Amino acid sequence: MTTYETVIGLEVHVELATRTKLFCGCANEFGAEPNTHVCPVCLGLPGSLPVLNRTVVEFALLLGVALNFDVPPSSIFHRKNYFYPDMPKDFQVSQFDEPICVDGWIDVAGERIRIERAHMEEDTGKTTHMGGGGRIHDADYSLVDYNRAGIPLLEIVSRPDMGSAEQARGYVSELRAILATIGISDVKMEEGSMRVDANVSLRANSTDVLGTKVEIKNMNSLRSLGRAIDSEIERQSAMLDSEEVIIQETRHWDEVAGITHGMRSKEGSSDYRYFPEPDLVPVAPTDEMRKVARESVPELPAPKRERLISDWGIGSSDARVLVDDRALCAYAEAAVAAGGSGKDVTNWCTGEILGYLNEHGSTPEALILRPEGLAELVALLADDTLSRSLAKDVLEECLATPVMPREVVERRGLAQMNDEGELAALVDEVLGRNEDAIAQWKAGDEKARKKKRGFLMGELMKTSGSKGNPKVLNQLLDERLHD
Amino acid sequence: MSPRISPEQVRHVANLARLSITDSEASQLAEELGVILEHAEDVAALDLSDIEPTAHPIHLTNVLRDDAPRPSLDRDEVLAAAPATEDRRFRVPRIMGETQ
Amino acid sequence: MTGAKTAVETAAAVRSGDRSARSVVEEALAAISSREEELHACNEVMADSARARAGAIDAAVAHGEDPGPLAGVPIALKDNLCVQGELTTCSSKILEGWRPPYTATVVERLLAAGAIPIAKTNLDEFAMGSSTENSAFGPTRNPHDMTRVPGGSSGGSAAAVSAGYVPLALGSDTGGSIRQPAAFCGVVGVKPTYGRVSRYGLIAFASSLDQIGPFATTVDDAALLLETIWGPDQMDSTSIPSQPDPIGAGSDVSGLRIGIIEELTDLEGIAPEVRASVERAASGLEGSGAHIERVSIPSCAYGLSAYYLIAPAEASSNLARYDGVRYGLRVDGADVAEMNAKTRAAGFGAEVKRRIMLGTYALSAGYYDAYYGQAQKVRTLIIGDFAQAYERFDVLLSPTAPTEAFKIGAKTADPLAMYMSDICTIPTNLAGHAAMSVPFGTGAEGLPIGVQVLAPALGESVMFTVARAVEGLR
Ligand SMILES: [Zn+2]
Repeated sequence: MTTYETVIGLEVHVELATRTKLFCGCANEFGAEPNTHVCPVCLGLPGSLPVLNRTVVEFALLLGVALNFDVPPSSIFHRKNYFYPDMPKDFQVSQFDEPICVDGWIDVAGERIRIERAHMEEDTGKTTHMGGGGRIHDADYSLVDYNRAGIPLLEIVSRPDMGSAEQARGYVSELRAILATIGISDVKMEEGSMRVDANVSLRANSTDVLGTKVEIKNMNSLRSLGRAIDSEIERQSAMLDSEEVIIQETRHWDEVAGITHGMRSKEGSSDYRYFPEPDLVPVAPTDEMRKVARESVPELPAPKRERLISDWGIGSSDARVLVDDRALCAYAEAAVAAGGSGKDVTNWCTGEILGYLNEHGSTPEALILRPEGLAELVALLADDTLSRSLAKDVLEECLATPVMPREVVERRGLAQMNDEGELAALVDEVLGRNEDAIAQWKAGDEKARKKKRGFLMGELMKTSGSKGNPKVLNQLLDERLHD
Repeated sequence: MSPRISPEQVRHVANLARLSITDSEASQLAEELGVILEHAEDVAALDLSDIEPTAHPIHLTNVLRDDAPRPSLDRDEVLAAAPATEDRRFRVPRIMGETQ
Repeated sequence: MTGAKTAVETAAAVRSGDRSARSVVEEALAAISSREEELHACNEVMADSARARAGAIDAAVAHGEDPGPLAGVPIALKDNLCVQGELTTCSSKILEGWRPPYTATVVERLLAAGAIPIAKTNLDEFAMGSSTENSAFGPTRNPHDMTRVPGGSSGGSAAAVSAGYVPLALGSDTGGSIRQPAAFCGVVGVKPTYGRVSRYGLIAFASSLDQIGPFATTVDDAALLLETIWGPDQMDSTSIPSQPDPIGAGSDVSGLRIGIIEELTDLEGIAPEVRASVERAASGLEGSGAHIERVSIPSCAYGLSAYYLIAPAEASSNLARYDGVRYGLRVDGADVAEMNAKTRAAGFGAEVKRRIMLGTYALSAGYYDAYYGQAQKVRTLIIGDFAQAYERFDVLLSPTAPTEAFKIGAKTADPLAMYMSDICTIPTNLAGHAAMSVPFGTGAEGLPIGVQVLAPALGESVMFTVARAVEGLR
């Protein structure tokens, strides 16, 4: 059986988090009542004219910096002409051969993925298909809401540089982290503010003839992106194995069935008759605009991960978890700035605190325990004031009520007993009333010894009211037993 | 390039332009467009390979609007203008073509 | 037509309280009812709103307020300008029943200046035509001769001013649609520099060529109207951001260098009387101290062809939105594509369909470079040639139209012959410059002839100076 090399390119549409639409002052807001955010411009009423939103250009320039793009001296808008009821003007204002950003790249897991271009364009309205189970071609009719029409998008088009579903997911994941960091989009695949289309083709190994490209759409999570690509690779491999001809087409990912479906296409529907949009003038980013963009891009995810790994001594997977969650990362960095050790803060943040956030559907900004509190908790653990189990107790209280960890320790008298003299007396006392157990430890095999030792350690902790420093107690116990 | 345009081409173009035309309209349009395009041959035949196209008569750049909300239209008024509506939306017959 | 007051006179009388706006409006309404049945210049007469507005202006004057430079002046608007709540048709069935929920910038400015919109005027459907015969509501007739066309596409506005309905009207000019009907109807018509007047609320024909402009009986009235509507507008990205200088009231042409464009004056098909009018105007100007010379602008010869590729291409896209979904006409179909196609087939007239087809073809795969792309390059040539000419000349002269007004029906069967009547006006639109038509002389049939005064971009001031001088030669 022939093996095939997979070639994947991704087109990512990102809805921008502006206050208003691309060409008019209607609110850019998800989930509003249908057809309430519409005006002559975004409804394409006769006589209306577009005026470009300054923030969209600023966002595109931020993207240019973050994705290592060239930003040519001038870029223009084109009209992409085709009829569709979700498009009020029956053309889409987009960019064609002179986009705002060209020739970028990002590194994903050590591999460089080239990015051909990014361009500004307007989103379409939303159609709801009525009857026929809500599927487009089986529907009896459709209903259109134009709130989304004219929402600003950036379309980011990669080169066909990815070779597996895994790598494609890595690229999208990195892109998402970057977009979130520069703050230009909500990047929620589930809500459609980040939409990914994949171009997948296969070629027999040892040839350099490119295979036929198939576009797959409708993946609404990273997971479904991976599944859809794998399913498409499987479909195309099977077809090539049986010498069937793969046709260039667009296929729809069916999340439930776990397969892609071909979409009926109308003959001649792809002659878009692009021409320069005469109602808009060129965008020519000035030196000042470029400078502002360069200076406004915050630390990007990749260098940030590297910094945390080297400065805090944490592992790469912890670094990824933190950096992918901007709010949690900001929280952790604030705790470190307040004196906490990076490694300990990371452990708490990616452990108990993340668990608490997930369980309560909360956000780091909303935590009652502020980063200074976490720093204090970490310090109490580091100077042996608290054992790990006491610290968890304290954290639980601090997440529920507005108190600082030290207050909890003092009020509840939770400070750990670290004084060796005190602890030695405690060991003497406990061993004194457990001579049977000591005898059994001495006579026992390894298994019995372990059991008895555990019992004695438990008695020690119980007698100390859980406050005895377990490390010291362990050490003292060993000394006594081996006397 | 020959300016001749066939009734088949006319039908293809009518399809792109979403105009339903009869066979006799297709033949008539083929003839009329042919005449106009023949007249346009004086332009099509010029050697302008070293000339830049002009898309726009004035040379403005960066005409930008502040990202500040303006009032939207009243929904009832907007929907009242439509030939068919349902449930606060515009109603259209079923869609057979490809989504973009 | 005679004895009618100019806009300047009417505004002065209303502002000073010598005349009531109500009486001005009633007089205009009476003029409309006396001739409208035969002329058909108007698609809609807005009698109620005009009377209400006149009442408000009279009240303002009574309170000692100044209602503005056009106080009480009735004005007709080409029916491709949006006025909130008023039927706006573009003389097309496809916009059946549509009332815009917003008002065009130029109309807002007119209202702020105290003008009183009184009628929406007939046009060639979507401004595509040169005779106002391509209207879904029937043709407009020339007030000078009922058997002849008023020109087009702004024929209704030209006729309304010519017939004395109103002293002022607005039209739109994409390839001559203000200047050519002005010439045919014996009135002044101005196409301002592209970008000088906001297009917001003007229903687009060809966006890179369209420009709104005035009709008036005198050059001074045209200047007053232009100064009211022009200037930057944040709703139009192609609006020139600088504030225009006042036009001024001059008519002194001494020392001005004026060129007669050979390609547009000596052209085959230019009627001898038309050529003679241009020459007579030129020698009159020479007599007033101007230097007159002939000048060649070679690429003008390609203007018509380039225009009939560019304008339909842009139109094919601008008119895609009339699809039966959001407003206007719908003809039902089994699916949305069929509904779109049937709606558009029933809603658009023959000329509009022809241009949509031509434009779609010119933009389609395989033909873009040969047609649309090539036409855009011709545009570059024309701009370059004009730039050279304006190094030597302050303004240029040519005929406005090749002939006087032709008979109704004379050219409807031959699209190309119809297109030829724009041959002298088109180059200005392609270049984005300013030009205006001033009535000067009559043709063999006794109908008015217009002389065209062309100026470079932002050259309105010198253009009006020369136009006033031509007006003074009559
Ligand atoms: Zn809007």
